[in-house]
Amino acid sequence: MITGKAVEIAAEVYWIGALDPRLREFDIILKTANGTTYNAYCVRGQHGVVVIDTVKASHADEFFTRLEQVAHYEEIQAIILNHLEPDHSGALPELIRRAPQARVYLSHRGQMMLKGIIKDEVLEYIPVGTGDTIDLGERQLRFLHTPFLHWPDTQCTYLEKEGILFSGDIFGCHFCDTRLFNDKVGDFRAAFEYYYAHIMRPFREHVLEALALIEPLPLNLLAPAHGPILRDSPDSYVQRYRQLAAPLLTNEAAKQEKTLLIFYISAYGNTTRMAQAISEGAETVKGVRISLYDLQGGEVSAFVDLIEEADGLVFGSPTINGDAVKPIWDLLSSLALVKVRGKLGAAFGSYGWSGEAVSLIEDRLRGLKLRVPVKGSKIKLIPTDTELEQCHRFGRELALQLTGQTEQRFITLDELVRETNHA
Amino acid sequence: MPKANVTFEDINVTVTVPAGTRLIEISEKVGAGITYGCREGECGTCLMRIVAGMANLAEPSMLEDKVLKELMAGRHNRLACQAQVLGGEIVVRPG
Ligand SMILES: Cc1cc2nc3c(=O)[nH]c(=O)nc-3n(C[C@H](O)[C@H](O)[C@H](O)COP(=O)(O)O)c2cc1C
Ligand code: FES
Ligand SMILES: [Fe+2]
Ligand SMILES: [Fe+2]
Repeated sequence: MITGKAVEIAAEVYWIGALDPRLREFDIILKTANGTTYNAYCVRGQHGVVVIDTVKASHADEFFTRLEQVAHYEEIQAIILNHLEPDHSGALPELIRRAPQARVYLSHRGQMMLKGIIKDEVLEYIPVGTGDTIDLGERQLRFLHTPFLHWPDTQCTYLEKEGILFSGDIFGCHFCDTRLFNDKVGDFRAAFEYYYAHIMRPFREHVLEALALIEPLPLNLLAPAHGPILRDSPDSYVQRYRQLAAPLLTNEAAKQEKTLLIFYISAYGNTTRMAQAISEGAETVKGVRISLYDLQGGEVSAFVDLIEEADGLVFGSPTINGDAVKPIWDLLSSLALVKVRGKLGAAFGSYGWSGEAVSLIEDRLRGLKLRVPVKGSKIKLIPTDTELEQCHRFGRELALQLTGQTEQRFITLDELVRETNHA
Repeated sequence: MPKANVTFEDINVTVTVPAGTRLIEISEKVGAGITYGCREGECGTCLMRIVAGMANLAEPSMLEDKVLKELMAGRHNRLACQAQVLGGEIVVRPG
Protein backbone atom coordinates (compact mmCIF):
# COMPACT_ATOMS: atom_id res chain seq x y z
CA MET A 1 0.00 0.00 0.00
CA ILE A 2 1.19 3.46 -0.77
CA THR A 3 -1.16 5.37 1.49
CA GLY A 4 0.65 8.49 2.54
CA LYS A 5 4.01 7.30 1.20
CA ALA A 6 6.16 8.71 -1.57
CA VAL A 7 7.14 6.04 -4.07
CA GLU A 8 10.53 5.81 -5.71
CA ILE A 9 9.81 5.11 -9.37
CA ALA A 10 13.47 5.22 -10.48
CA ALA A 11 16.72 6.11 -8.72
CA GLU A 12 16.00 9.33 -6.82
CA VAL A 13 12.84 9.98 -8.79
CA TYR A 14 9.69 9.92 -6.67
CA TRP A 15 5.97 9.88 -7.19
CA ILE A 16 4.53 12.41 -4.73
CA GLY A 17 1.00 12.67 -6.10
CA ALA A 18 -2.41 12.21 -4.57
CA LEU A 19 -5.16 9.61 -4.85
CA ASP A 20 -8.77 10.52 -5.46
CA PRO A 21 -10.51 7.13 -5.52
CA ARG A 22 -14.01 8.42 -4.91
CA LEU A 23 -14.20 10.94 -7.74
CA ARG A 24 -16.93 9.93 -10.19
CA GLU A 25 -17.00 12.85 -12.57
CA PHE A 26 -14.09 14.92 -13.78
CA ASP A 27 -14.41 18.45 -15.21
CA ILE A 28 -18.14 17.75 -15.62
CA ILE A 29 -17.52 16.04 -18.96
CA LEU A 30 -15.78 12.83 -17.95
CA LYS A 31 -17.06 9.82 -16.06
CA THR A 32 -14.50 8.38 -13.68
CA ALA A 33 -15.74 5.02 -12.42
CA ASN A 34 -12.34 4.31 -10.91
CA GLY A 35 -11.63 7.76 -9.52
CA THR A 36 -8.32 9.30 -10.50
CA THR A 37 -4.86 10.18 -9.34
CA TYR A 38 -3.06 13.51 -9.59
CA ASN A 39 0.51 12.50 -10.26
CA ALA A 40 3.27 14.84 -9.21
CA TYR A 41 6.94 13.94 -9.19
CA CYS A 42 10.16 14.87 -7.48
CA VAL A 43 13.59 14.48 -9.09
CA ARG A 44 16.73 14.78 -7.02
CA GLY A 45 19.94 16.09 -8.57
CA GLN A 46 23.34 17.23 -7.33
CA HIS A 47 22.25 20.85 -7.03
CA GLY A 48 18.94 20.23 -5.40
CA VAL A 49 15.46 19.00 -6.07
CA VAL A 50 12.97 19.58 -8.86
CA VAL A 51 9.23 19.21 -8.35
CA ILE A 52 7.21 18.39 -11.46
CA ASP A 53 3.55 19.42 -11.25
CA THR A 54 1.41 19.50 -8.13
CA VAL A 55 -2.11 18.24 -7.37
CA LYS A 56 -5.68 19.45 -7.04
CA ALA A 57 -6.04 21.95 -4.18
CA SER A 58 -8.32 19.65 -2.20
CA HIS A 59 -5.53 17.06 -2.12
CA ALA A 60 -2.65 19.39 -1.32
CA ASP A 61 -2.02 17.93 2.15
CA GLU A 62 -1.43 14.50 0.72
CA PHE A 63 1.03 15.95 -1.78
CA PHE A 64 2.98 17.89 0.83
CA THR A 65 3.12 14.86 3.13
CA ARG A 66 4.73 12.84 0.37
CA LEU A 67 7.03 15.64 -0.73
CA GLU A 68 8.31 16.14 2.81
CA GLN A 69 9.37 12.49 2.95
CA VAL A 70 11.82 12.93 0.10
CA ALA A 71 12.93 16.56 0.22
CA HIS A 72 13.22 19.66 2.38
CA TYR A 73 11.52 22.76 1.02
CA GLU A 74 14.85 24.65 1.00
CA GLU A 75 16.27 22.07 -1.36
CA ILE A 76 13.73 22.74 -4.08
CA GLN A 77 15.56 24.57 -6.85
CA ALA A 78 12.87 24.34 -9.49
CA ILE A 79 9.17 23.73 -9.97
CA ILE A 80 8.15 22.56 -13.41
CA LEU A 81 4.60 23.08 -14.53
CA ASN A 82 3.76 20.78 -17.40
CA HIS A 83 0.13 21.89 -17.34
CA LEU A 84 -1.66 24.60 -15.39
CA GLU A 85 -5.14 23.12 -15.16
CA PRO A 86 -6.23 23.27 -11.49
CA ASP A 87 -5.96 19.50 -11.04
CA HIS A 88 -2.19 19.97 -11.38
CA SER A 89 -1.60 23.51 -10.22
CA GLY A 90 -3.91 23.48 -7.19
CA ALA A 91 -1.11 23.15 -4.64
CA LEU A 92 1.21 25.55 -6.46
CA PRO A 93 0.47 28.74 -4.49
CA GLU A 94 1.17 26.93 -1.23
CA LEU A 95 4.26 25.23 -2.63
CA ILE A 96 5.64 28.61 -3.67
CA ARG A 97 4.99 29.92 -0.18
CA ARG A 98 6.89 27.02 1.32
CA ALA A 99 9.73 27.09 -1.21
CA PRO A 100 10.03 30.75 -2.24
CA GLN A 101 13.51 30.27 -3.67
CA ALA A 102 12.33 27.77 -6.27
CA ARG A 103 12.31 28.92 -9.87
CA VAL A 104 9.16 28.15 -11.81
CA TYR A 105 9.50 26.74 -15.34
CA LEU A 106 6.58 26.63 -17.71
CA SER A 107 5.76 26.87 -21.41
CA HIS A 108 5.48 30.23 -23.14
CA ARG A 109 1.75 29.74 -23.44
CA GLY A 110 1.55 28.94 -19.75
CA GLN A 111 2.61 32.41 -18.62
CA MET A 112 -0.78 33.98 -19.10
CA MET A 113 -2.46 31.20 -17.20
CA LEU A 114 -0.01 31.31 -14.34
CA LYS A 115 -0.99 34.92 -13.79
CA GLY A 116 -4.58 33.81 -13.60
CA ILE A 117 -3.70 31.33 -10.89
CA ILE A 118 -1.40 33.25 -8.62
CA LYS A 119 -3.12 36.60 -9.26
CA ASP A 120 -1.45 39.34 -7.27
CA GLU A 121 1.50 37.44 -5.93
CA VAL A 122 4.75 38.43 -7.57
CA LEU A 123 6.53 35.49 -8.99
CA GLU A 124 9.58 34.98 -11.14
CA TYR A 125 9.12 32.36 -13.81
CA ILE A 126 11.07 31.11 -16.74
CA PRO A 127 9.28 30.33 -19.99
CA VAL A 128 10.79 27.35 -21.79
CA GLY A 129 10.33 25.56 -25.11
CA THR A 130 11.60 22.50 -26.95
CA GLY A 131 15.32 22.01 -26.36
CA ASP A 132 15.56 24.12 -23.21
CA THR A 133 17.08 22.24 -20.28
CA ILE A 134 17.60 22.37 -16.55
CA ASP A 135 20.97 21.16 -15.37
CA LEU A 136 20.81 19.13 -12.17
CA GLY A 137 24.50 18.26 -12.06
CA GLU A 138 24.91 14.75 -13.41
CA ARG A 139 21.33 14.66 -14.64
CA GLN A 140 19.48 16.88 -17.03
CA LEU A 141 15.84 17.69 -17.67
CA ARG A 142 14.81 18.69 -21.17
CA PHE A 143 11.53 20.33 -22.26
CA LEU A 144 9.27 19.38 -25.13
CA HIS A 145 6.80 21.92 -26.45
CA THR A 146 3.57 19.94 -26.87
CA PRO A 147 0.80 22.55 -26.93
CA PHE A 148 -2.96 21.86 -26.91
CA LEU A 149 -2.76 18.46 -25.30
CA HIS A 150 -5.21 19.52 -24.12
CA TRP A 151 -4.64 23.16 -23.14
CA PRO A 152 -2.52 25.75 -24.92
CA ASP A 153 0.09 25.52 -22.17
CA THR A 154 0.79 21.78 -22.07
CA GLN A 155 4.38 20.57 -22.27
CA CYS A 156 6.42 17.47 -21.43
CA THR A 157 9.64 17.16 -19.47
CA TYR A 158 12.22 14.47 -20.21
CA LEU A 159 14.80 13.20 -17.75
CA GLU A 160 17.65 12.62 -20.13
CA LYS A 161 19.81 9.62 -19.17
CA GLU A 162 17.11 7.73 -17.32
CA GLY A 163 14.72 7.99 -20.25
CA ILE A 164 11.76 9.13 -18.15
CA LEU A 165 9.13 11.28 -19.78
CA PHE A 166 6.90 13.36 -17.50
CA SER A 167 4.12 13.79 -19.98
CA GLY A 168 1.37 15.71 -18.17
CA ASP A 169 -2.12 14.69 -19.26
CA ILE A 170 -0.72 12.97 -22.36
CA PHE A 171 -0.75 9.17 -21.85
CA GLY A 172 -2.78 9.75 -18.71
CA CYS A 173 -6.13 8.31 -17.71
CA HIS A 174 -8.52 8.51 -14.81
CA PHE A 175 -7.84 5.30 -12.98
CA CYS A 176 -6.97 5.21 -9.31
CA ASP A 177 -5.19 2.10 -8.14
CA THR A 178 -2.82 2.12 -5.19
CA ARG A 179 -0.59 -0.42 -6.93
CA LEU A 180 0.41 2.54 -9.12
CA PHE A 181 2.42 0.82 -11.87
CA ASN A 182 0.90 -0.40 -15.11
CA ASP A 183 2.17 -3.94 -14.60
CA LYS A 184 0.51 -4.10 -11.16
CA VAL A 185 -2.79 -2.26 -11.40
CA GLY A 186 -6.11 -3.57 -12.67
CA ASP A 187 -7.05 -3.45 -16.31
CA PHE A 188 -7.10 0.23 -17.20
CA ARG A 189 -7.21 -0.05 -20.98
CA ALA A 190 -10.78 1.18 -21.24
CA ALA A 191 -9.93 4.20 -19.09
CA PHE A 192 -6.90 4.94 -21.27
CA GLU A 193 -8.95 4.80 -24.47
CA TYR A 194 -11.79 6.83 -22.96
CA TYR A 195 -9.40 9.52 -21.85
CA TYR A 196 -7.88 9.77 -25.30
CA ALA A 197 -11.28 9.90 -26.97
CA HIS A 198 -12.58 12.69 -24.77
CA ILE A 199 -9.51 14.75 -24.04
CA MET A 200 -6.98 14.27 -26.83
CA ARG A 201 -9.03 13.45 -29.91
CA PRO A 202 -10.15 17.02 -30.64
CA PHE A 203 -6.47 17.92 -30.91
CA ARG A 204 -5.36 15.18 -33.28
CA GLU A 205 -2.96 17.37 -35.22
CA HIS A 206 -1.26 18.41 -32.03
CA VAL A 207 -1.05 14.77 -30.95
CA LEU A 208 0.82 14.03 -34.18
CA GLU A 209 3.21 16.95 -33.59
CA ALA A 210 3.85 15.80 -30.05
CA LEU A 211 4.44 12.21 -31.18
CA ALA A 212 7.05 13.45 -33.63
CA LEU A 213 8.96 14.85 -30.63
CA ILE A 214 8.33 11.91 -28.32
CA GLU A 215 8.87 8.91 -30.60
CA PRO A 216 12.62 9.44 -31.09
CA LEU A 217 13.24 9.48 -27.31
CA PRO A 218 14.58 6.34 -25.62
CA LEU A 219 11.88 5.59 -23.05
CA ASN A 220 12.23 3.56 -19.90
CA LEU A 221 9.25 5.01 -18.18
CA LEU A 222 6.27 7.21 -18.97
CA ALA A 223 5.11 9.28 -16.03
CA PRO A 224 1.77 10.89 -16.87
CA ALA A 225 -0.17 13.27 -14.63
CA HIS A 226 -3.12 10.89 -14.13
CA GLY A 227 -3.44 7.17 -13.68
CA PRO A 228 -0.89 4.35 -13.74
CA ILE A 229 2.82 5.01 -14.18
CA LEU A 230 3.78 3.25 -17.39
CA ARG A 231 7.04 1.40 -16.76
CA ASP A 232 6.23 -1.85 -18.51
CA SER A 233 6.68 -1.31 -22.28
CA PRO A 234 6.14 2.45 -22.22
CA ASP A 235 6.66 2.51 -25.99
CA SER A 236 3.46 0.58 -26.54
CA TYR A 237 1.45 3.54 -25.19
CA VAL A 238 3.21 5.87 -27.56
CA GLN A 239 2.37 3.49 -30.38
CA ARG A 240 -1.22 3.33 -29.23
CA TYR A 241 -1.43 7.12 -29.47
CA ARG A 242 -0.02 6.88 -32.97
CA GLN A 243 -2.81 4.45 -33.89
CA LEU A 244 -5.50 6.50 -32.21
CA ALA A 245 -4.39 9.63 -34.01
CA ALA A 246 -4.71 7.95 -37.40
CA PRO A 247 -7.94 8.74 -39.25
CA LEU A 248 -10.70 6.55 -37.92
CA LEU A 249 -12.21 6.00 -41.32
CA THR A 250 -10.24 5.67 -44.49
CA ASN A 251 -11.66 7.95 -47.08
CA GLU A 252 -12.46 6.11 -50.28
CA ALA A 253 -12.89 9.40 -52.03
CA ALA A 254 -9.87 10.13 -54.19
CA LYS A 255 -7.22 12.16 -52.41
CA GLN A 256 -7.81 15.36 -54.32
CA GLU A 257 -11.56 15.02 -53.87
CA LYS A 258 -13.30 17.14 -51.23
CA THR A 259 -16.08 15.71 -49.10
CA LEU A 260 -19.31 17.56 -48.38
CA LEU A 261 -21.79 16.13 -45.89
CA ILE A 262 -25.39 17.31 -45.85
CA PHE A 263 -27.37 16.56 -42.69
CA TYR A 264 -31.05 17.38 -42.60
CA ILE A 265 -34.23 16.65 -40.78
CA SER A 266 -37.75 17.36 -41.92
CA ALA A 267 -41.26 16.87 -40.63
CA TYR A 268 -43.24 17.53 -43.82
CA GLY A 269 -40.57 17.00 -46.44
CA ASN A 270 -39.94 20.65 -47.28
CA THR A 271 -36.48 20.69 -45.82
CA THR A 272 -35.88 17.29 -47.42
CA ARG A 273 -36.63 18.71 -50.85
CA MET A 274 -34.24 21.55 -50.21
CA ALA A 275 -31.54 19.09 -49.17
CA GLN A 276 -31.96 17.15 -52.40
CA ALA A 277 -31.75 20.26 -54.53
CA ILE A 278 -28.64 21.42 -52.65
CA SER A 279 -27.05 18.03 -53.14
CA GLU A 280 -27.82 18.08 -56.88
CA GLY A 281 -26.42 21.59 -57.17
CA ALA A 282 -23.21 20.56 -55.47
CA GLU A 283 -22.97 17.53 -57.79
CA THR A 284 -22.51 19.86 -60.76
CA VAL A 285 -19.04 20.69 -59.48
CA LYS A 286 -16.27 18.19 -60.19
CA GLY A 287 -14.02 17.00 -57.39
CA VAL A 288 -16.57 16.90 -54.60
CA ARG A 289 -18.05 13.80 -53.03
CA ILE A 290 -21.47 14.61 -51.62
CA SER A 291 -23.29 12.59 -48.99
CA LEU A 292 -26.81 13.18 -47.76
CA TYR A 293 -27.98 12.06 -44.31
CA ASP A 294 -31.38 12.20 -42.69
CA LEU A 295 -30.75 12.80 -38.99
CA GLN A 296 -33.94 10.97 -38.21
CA GLY A 297 -32.70 7.44 -37.97
CA GLY A 298 -29.05 8.38 -37.70
CA GLU A 299 -26.69 7.71 -34.85
CA VAL A 300 -24.85 10.77 -33.60
CA SER A 301 -21.54 9.08 -32.79
CA ALA A 302 -21.23 7.56 -36.27
CA PHE A 303 -21.88 10.97 -37.81
CA VAL A 304 -19.21 12.50 -35.60
CA ASP A 305 -16.64 10.09 -37.06
CA LEU A 306 -17.68 11.09 -40.58
CA ILE A 307 -17.57 14.77 -39.73
CA GLU A 308 -14.03 14.51 -38.40
CA GLU A 309 -12.82 13.54 -41.88
CA ALA A 310 -15.07 15.80 -43.96
CA ASP A 311 -14.19 19.12 -45.58
CA GLY A 312 -17.63 20.71 -45.59
CA LEU A 313 -20.74 20.36 -43.42
CA VAL A 314 -24.25 21.52 -44.24
CA PHE A 315 -27.13 21.35 -41.78
CA GLY A 316 -30.80 21.64 -42.65
CA SER A 317 -33.60 22.09 -40.16
CA PRO A 318 -37.11 23.47 -40.18
CA THR A 319 -37.89 26.15 -37.64
CA ILE A 320 -39.99 24.67 -34.87
CA ASN A 321 -41.03 26.97 -32.05
CA GLY A 322 -38.42 29.50 -33.01
CA ASP A 323 -35.51 27.10 -33.04
CA ALA A 324 -33.75 24.39 -35.04
CA VAL A 325 -34.77 20.92 -33.88
CA LYS A 326 -33.10 18.88 -31.19
CA PRO A 327 -31.38 16.24 -33.38
CA ILE A 328 -29.45 19.09 -35.03
CA TRP A 329 -28.35 20.46 -31.68
CA ASP A 330 -27.52 16.98 -30.44
CA LEU A 331 -25.18 16.50 -33.35
CA LEU A 332 -23.70 19.99 -33.14
CA SER A 333 -23.12 19.64 -29.43
CA SER A 334 -21.17 16.44 -30.02
CA LEU A 335 -18.64 18.11 -32.25
CA ALA A 336 -16.57 19.28 -29.34
CA LEU A 337 -15.00 15.81 -29.55
CA VAL A 338 -13.44 16.33 -32.95
CA LYS A 339 -11.65 19.08 -34.76
CA VAL A 340 -13.98 21.05 -37.01
CA ARG A 341 -12.18 24.37 -36.97
CA GLY A 342 -11.72 25.81 -40.43
CA LYS A 343 -14.09 23.41 -42.20
CA LEU A 344 -16.71 24.87 -44.50
CA GLY A 345 -20.10 25.22 -42.83
CA ALA A 346 -23.58 26.18 -44.04
CA ALA A 347 -27.24 25.95 -43.04
CA PHE A 348 -30.64 25.76 -44.70
CA GLY A 349 -34.24 25.00 -43.90
CA SER A 350 -37.91 25.53 -44.52
CA TYR A 351 -39.90 27.69 -42.15
CA GLY A 352 -43.39 28.99 -41.52
CA TRP A 353 -43.20 32.63 -40.51
CA SER A 354 -40.12 33.53 -38.46
CA GLY A 355 -37.46 31.05 -39.63
CA GLU A 356 -34.88 31.38 -36.85
CA ALA A 357 -33.36 27.92 -37.38
CA VAL A 358 -30.95 28.82 -40.17
CA SER A 359 -29.26 31.76 -38.51
CA LEU A 360 -29.11 29.95 -35.17
CA ILE A 361 -27.30 27.07 -36.84
CA GLU A 362 -24.98 29.48 -38.63
CA ASP A 363 -24.14 31.16 -35.34
CA ARG A 364 -23.39 27.81 -33.81
CA LEU A 365 -21.18 26.85 -36.76
CA ARG A 366 -19.23 30.09 -36.36
CA GLY A 367 -19.02 29.33 -32.67
CA LEU A 368 -17.49 25.99 -33.56
CA LYS A 369 -14.98 27.95 -35.65
CA LEU A 370 -16.11 26.81 -39.05
CA ARG A 371 -15.97 29.30 -41.89
CA VAL A 372 -19.44 30.19 -43.09
CA PRO A 373 -18.95 32.20 -46.28
CA VAL A 374 -22.19 31.31 -48.05
CA LYS A 375 -25.33 32.75 -46.57
CA GLY A 376 -27.85 30.14 -45.51
CA SER A 377 -30.83 29.19 -47.64
CA LYS A 378 -34.31 29.75 -46.16
CA ILE A 379 -37.60 28.97 -47.84
CA LYS A 380 -41.08 29.72 -46.58
CA LEU A 381 -43.13 26.54 -46.27
CA ILE A 382 -43.33 24.56 -49.52
CA PRO A 383 -40.47 25.32 -51.91
CA THR A 384 -41.46 26.31 -55.45
CA ASP A 385 -39.44 25.26 -58.47
CA THR A 386 -37.77 28.66 -58.54
CA GLU A 387 -36.87 28.30 -54.89
CA LEU A 388 -35.50 24.83 -55.48
CA GLU A 389 -33.32 26.36 -58.19
CA GLN A 390 -31.99 28.75 -55.55
CA CYS A 391 -31.16 25.73 -53.42
CA HIS A 392 -29.45 24.19 -56.41
CA ARG A 393 -27.30 27.31 -56.81
CA PHE A 394 -26.62 27.36 -53.08
CA GLY A 395 -25.32 23.78 -53.29
CA ARG A 396 -23.19 24.60 -56.29
CA GLU A 397 -21.77 27.65 -54.55
CA LEU A 398 -20.82 25.53 -51.55
CA ALA A 399 -19.05 23.02 -53.76
CA LEU A 400 -17.20 25.82 -55.54
CA GLN A 401 -16.11 27.21 -52.18
CA LEU A 402 -14.91 23.79 -51.16
CA THR A 403 -12.81 23.35 -54.26
CA GLY A 404 -11.48 26.90 -54.15
CA GLN A 405 -13.14 27.83 -57.44
CA THR A 406 -15.19 30.80 -56.36
CA GLU A 407 -14.70 33.93 -58.33
CA GLN A 408 -13.32 36.81 -56.37
CA ARG A 409 -16.11 38.86 -54.88
CA PHE A 410 -15.89 42.56 -54.10
CA ILE A 411 -18.10 44.13 -51.48
CA THR A 412 -18.07 47.17 -49.23
CA LEU A 413 -18.43 47.01 -45.49
CA ASP A 414 -21.78 48.85 -45.71
CA GLU A 415 -23.18 46.29 -48.14
CA LEU A 416 -21.89 43.52 -45.96
CA VAL A 417 -23.55 44.96 -42.88
CA ARG A 418 -26.85 45.31 -44.74
CA GLU A 419 -26.56 41.75 -45.98
CA THR A 420 -25.93 40.31 -42.53
CA ASN A 421 -28.73 42.31 -40.95
CA HIS A 422 -31.20 40.88 -43.44
CA ALA A 423 -30.19 37.31 -42.71
CA MET B 1 -12.57 59.10 -45.65
CA PRO B 2 -9.55 56.92 -46.51
CA LYS B 3 -10.50 53.38 -47.51
CA ALA B 4 -8.74 50.06 -47.36
CA ASN B 5 -9.28 46.86 -49.33
CA VAL B 6 -9.08 43.74 -47.24
CA THR B 7 -8.92 40.44 -49.11
CA PHE B 8 -9.71 37.21 -47.30
CA GLU B 9 -7.73 34.73 -49.27
CA ASP B 10 -9.45 31.58 -48.00
CA ILE B 11 -12.87 32.60 -49.31
CA ASN B 12 -11.68 34.92 -52.08
CA VAL B 13 -13.63 37.99 -50.99
CA THR B 14 -12.37 41.57 -50.97
CA VAL B 15 -14.09 44.05 -48.69
CA THR B 16 -13.69 47.82 -48.97
CA VAL B 17 -13.72 49.35 -45.50
CA PRO B 18 -13.11 52.74 -43.90
CA ALA B 19 -9.67 53.22 -42.36
CA GLY B 20 -9.69 52.36 -38.68
CA THR B 21 -11.93 49.30 -39.05
CA ARG B 22 -10.86 46.28 -37.04
CA LEU B 23 -10.29 43.05 -38.90
CA ILE B 24 -12.69 41.21 -36.60
CA GLU B 25 -15.57 43.45 -37.69
CA ILE B 26 -15.12 42.32 -41.29
CA SER B 27 -13.96 38.74 -41.16
CA GLU B 28 -16.90 37.47 -39.14
CA LYS B 29 -19.44 39.13 -41.40
CA VAL B 30 -17.95 37.68 -44.58
CA GLY B 31 -17.59 34.26 -42.95
CA ALA B 32 -13.85 33.96 -43.43
CA GLY B 33 -12.02 31.14 -41.69
CA ILE B 34 -10.36 33.39 -39.13
CA THR B 35 -11.93 32.35 -35.84
CA TYR B 36 -12.24 33.98 -32.48
CA GLY B 37 -12.17 32.96 -28.87
CA CYS B 38 -11.80 35.68 -26.25
CA ARG B 39 -12.05 38.62 -28.71
CA GLU B 40 -9.82 40.60 -26.40
CA GLY B 41 -6.32 39.83 -27.55
CA GLU B 42 -5.58 37.20 -24.97
CA CYS B 43 -6.14 33.71 -26.25
CA GLY B 44 -4.45 33.76 -29.64
CA THR B 45 -7.27 31.90 -31.38
CA CYS B 46 -7.58 34.61 -34.02
CA LEU B 47 -3.99 34.40 -35.19
CA MET B 48 -3.91 35.26 -38.88
CA ARG B 49 -1.29 35.44 -41.55
CA ILE B 50 -0.76 38.71 -43.36
CA VAL B 51 -0.04 37.64 -46.90
CA ALA B 52 0.45 41.23 -48.08
CA GLY B 53 0.17 44.74 -46.72
CA MET B 54 1.54 44.37 -43.19
CA ALA B 55 2.49 48.06 -43.30
CA ASN B 56 -1.16 48.92 -43.90
CA LEU B 57 -2.12 47.74 -40.42
CA ALA B 58 -1.71 49.81 -37.28
CA GLU B 59 1.25 48.78 -35.12
CA PRO B 60 0.37 46.08 -32.58
CA SER B 61 -0.43 47.25 -29.06
CA MET B 62 1.73 46.12 -26.14
CA LEU B 63 -0.86 43.49 -25.33
CA GLU B 64 -0.92 42.12 -28.86
CA ASP B 65 2.86 42.15 -29.01
CA LYS B 66 3.08 40.17 -25.83
CA VAL B 67 0.58 37.56 -26.96
CA LEU B 68 2.27 37.22 -30.34
CA LYS B 69 5.54 36.57 -28.52
CA GLU B 70 3.96 34.01 -26.24
CA LEU B 71 2.50 32.30 -29.29
CA MET B 72 5.96 32.34 -30.81
CA ALA B 73 4.27 33.82 -33.85
CA GLY B 74 6.25 34.77 -36.93
CA ARG B 75 6.76 38.21 -38.43
CA HIS B 76 3.80 37.79 -40.73
CA ASN B 77 1.29 37.05 -38.00
CA ARG B 78 -1.18 39.33 -36.29
CA LEU B 79 -4.22 38.94 -34.08
CA ALA B 80 -7.39 39.60 -36.05
CA CYS B 81 -9.33 40.78 -33.00
CA GLN B 82 -6.74 43.50 -32.42
CA ALA B 83 -5.45 44.54 -35.82
CA GLN B 84 -6.80 47.75 -37.29
CA VAL B 85 -6.57 48.65 -40.95
CA LEU B 86 -5.02 51.97 -41.98
CA GLY B 87 -5.56 51.96 -45.76
CA GLY B 88 -4.32 50.42 -49.00
CA GLU B 89 -4.36 46.74 -49.86
CA ILE B 90 -4.23 44.01 -47.25
CA VAL B 91 -4.42 40.28 -47.89
CA VAL B 92 -4.99 37.90 -44.99
CA ARG B 93 -5.64 34.24 -44.34
CA PRO B 94 -6.23 32.16 -41.18
CA GLY B 95 -3.28 30.85 -39.17
C1 LIG C 1 -44.95 22.45 -33.80
C2 LIG C 1 -44.46 23.41 -34.86
C3 LIG C 1 -43.88 24.59 -34.50
C4 LIG C 1 -43.42 25.47 -35.45
N1 LIG C 1 -42.80 26.59 -35.03
C5 LIG C 1 -42.35 27.47 -35.96
C6 LIG C 1 -41.69 28.66 -35.56
O1 LIG C 1 -41.54 28.95 -34.38
N2 LIG C 1 -41.21 29.50 -36.50
C7 LIG C 1 -41.34 29.21 -37.81
O2 LIG C 1 -40.83 29.96 -38.64
N3 LIG C 1 -41.99 28.10 -38.24
C8 LIG C 1 -42.50 27.21 -37.35
N4 LIG C 1 -43.11 26.10 -37.75
C9 LIG C 1 -43.34 25.89 -39.19
C10 LIG C 1 -42.35 24.97 -39.87
O3 LIG C 1 -41.05 25.49 -39.80
C11 LIG C 1 -42.76 24.82 -41.31
O4 LIG C 1 -43.92 24.10 -41.33
C12 LIG C 1 -41.74 24.13 -42.19
O5 LIG C 1 -42.09 24.26 -43.53
C13 LIG C 1 -41.59 22.69 -41.84
O6 LIG C 1 -40.62 22.19 -42.66
P1 LIG C 1 -40.39 20.61 -42.89
O7 LIG C 1 -41.49 19.91 -42.27
O8 LIG C 1 -40.37 20.39 -44.34
O9 LIG C 1 -39.07 20.27 -42.32
C14 LIG C 1 -43.60 25.19 -36.82
C15 LIG C 1 -44.18 24.00 -37.18
C16 LIG C 1 -44.61 23.10 -36.21
C17 LIG C 1 -45.22 21.81 -36.66
S1 FES D 1 -9.81 36.19 -30.20
FE1 FES D 1 -8.57 35.81 -28.48
S2 FES D 1 -6.77 36.87 -29.11
FE2 FES D 1 -8.11 37.39 -30.65
FE1 LIG E 1 -5.78 18.79 -18.07
FE1 LIG F 1 -5.22 16.69 -15.76
